[in-house]
Amino acid sequence: MRGQEARDQAERKAVMATLAQSTGDDIVRLWNAAGLPSEAELLRGPETGLVTVRGRIGGGGAPFNVGEATVTRATVRLASGQVGHCYALGRDKQKAKLAAIADALWQDPALRREVETKLIAPLQAALAGARERRRAETAATKVDFFTMVRGED
Amino acid sequence: MYVAVKGGEAAIANAHSLLADRRRGDRSVPALRLDQIVEQLALGVDRVMSEGSLYDRELAALAIVQARGDMIEAIFLVRAYRTTLPRFGYTKAIDTGAMLVERRVSATYKDLPGGQLLGPTFDYTHRLLDPELAAGGDVAEPLQRASEAEAMPRVSAILAREGLIEPDGDMPQDHVPGDITREPLEFPMARDIRLQALSRGDEGFLLALGYSTQRGYARNHPFVGEVRIGEVELELDVPELPFAVPLGSVRVTECQMVNQFKGSAKAPPQFTRGYGLVFGQSERKAMAMALCDRALRASEFGEDVVAAAQDEEFVISHSDNVQATGFVEHLKLPHYVDFQAELDLVRRMRAEHDARENAGKVEEKRQAAE
Repeated sequence: MRGQEARDQAERKAVMATLAQSTGDDIVRLWNAAGLPSEAELLRGPETGLVTVRGRIGGGGAPFNVGEATVTRATVRLASGQVGHCYALGRDKQKAKLAAIADALWQDPALRREVETKLIAPLQAALAGARERRRAETAATKVDFFTMVRGED
Repeated sequence: MYVAVKGGEAAIANAHSLLADRRRGDRSVPALRLDQIVEQLALGVDRVMSEGSLYDRELAALAIVQARGDMIEAIFLVRAYRTTLPRFGYTKAIDTGAMLVERRVSATYKDLPGGQLLGPTFDYTHRLLDPELAAGGDVAEPLQRASEAEAMPRVSAILAREGLIEPDGDMPQDHVPGDITREPLEFPMARDIRLQALSRGDEGFLLALGYSTQRGYARNHPFVGEVRIGEVELELDVPELPFAVPLGSVRVTECQMVNQFKGSAKAPPQFTRGYGLVFGQSERKAMAMALCDRALRASEFGEDVVAAAQDEEFVISHSDNVQATGFVEHLKLPHYVDFQAELDLVRRMRAEHDARENAGKVEEKRQAAE
């Protein structure tokens, strides 16, 4: 039971990560195409605020504050009772609201599969493609050292 | 008696509308869009985010346009905007070892796990102006190379295996990271607070100080152990969720500077370190920050504090360009009353001086006549 709960939390976190990383435009486009319900009661926000980003001294030492970043958050409740949250970098309020609704819909066992296949999976594929392209472009600039042999034998 | 002088309202309003006109410039030239600035002046945007201490590309681009490209004015605008927003909390510390790396070079190891990745760098360009850019020609897509995703440990971890380098900087177990946006600066300060101030410090100021350490003012033999640029994920602990909520990614630049150290009564000879971490792609700033961080650790290593770059109060008090510009630029605001007082004083002193001179001359004449 505890294992199942931990798996559910990890999956939900991955869904929230995908939504936070994606652009508002992509979410809206897929949302409309999928015809997902967008009615929900707004419990909080969408509102924009700041988080203070922390780094670590030397990369892995004690934490220190680097600077702030804008974050927009929203909390919604569906008619069926599920409460969804979103926190995402930037100031896109529509994205925050839709992402919170997506989080709530995902918690409804009847809708989870639809949210995953029609919204999350395409977003994930786009993000993975962009990451892979970035990695391959960077890899093309990798230095291949070779040794020059001088003289005979 | 205090006499208030009013006036200039119409002049100020008209000056601001003139500013708006000059900002827009020739109306036959298309107006800049924010996405053009974000995409094509990306490093300027990064500088405003880093020194404005606010990660938000569009806001930084807006600030650059509003400031007509004056970077310090843009940074000032961003700092002012920050104060209008509520704060949701502190993120979990980012893991630069898990970065999606876009550039990573080391000047200390040729063959290191993950390799040397040049990325989009100005290094090795010939610094010749490119007329084709002015003509606005098409640009080819970059090449790609298929590769396995490789782990890219920080270089400091490699040296640490031999025990020849000091560990990442630790703080006492119960230490809460200081925050200069919440508490006033106090000297001497802990390294975490210093790093926060340096990370938002003026690039030019830190660059000059870093340069001074290389030229012999607080010499400490630096090597770039590693510079890496790329995106890291942010997470925030919030009360409403049982796990840290993922927020998305930010691009940062990290510099691990490795410095020689002869050892002291307490520590064996080993390499010491300076650390730089800034928002966006800015290795010049991250390197300058790391040089200053190391120089400011002088007393920690029992080194003589003899140079400006080692003087914590001097460096940190003057590194913030918003504070600096505020105090320097306020000099041009009306100081009529102050100046009148000074003018009176100088007139009085001059009168006394002239009286003394005249008395002297009269005395000289009298003596000459005798």
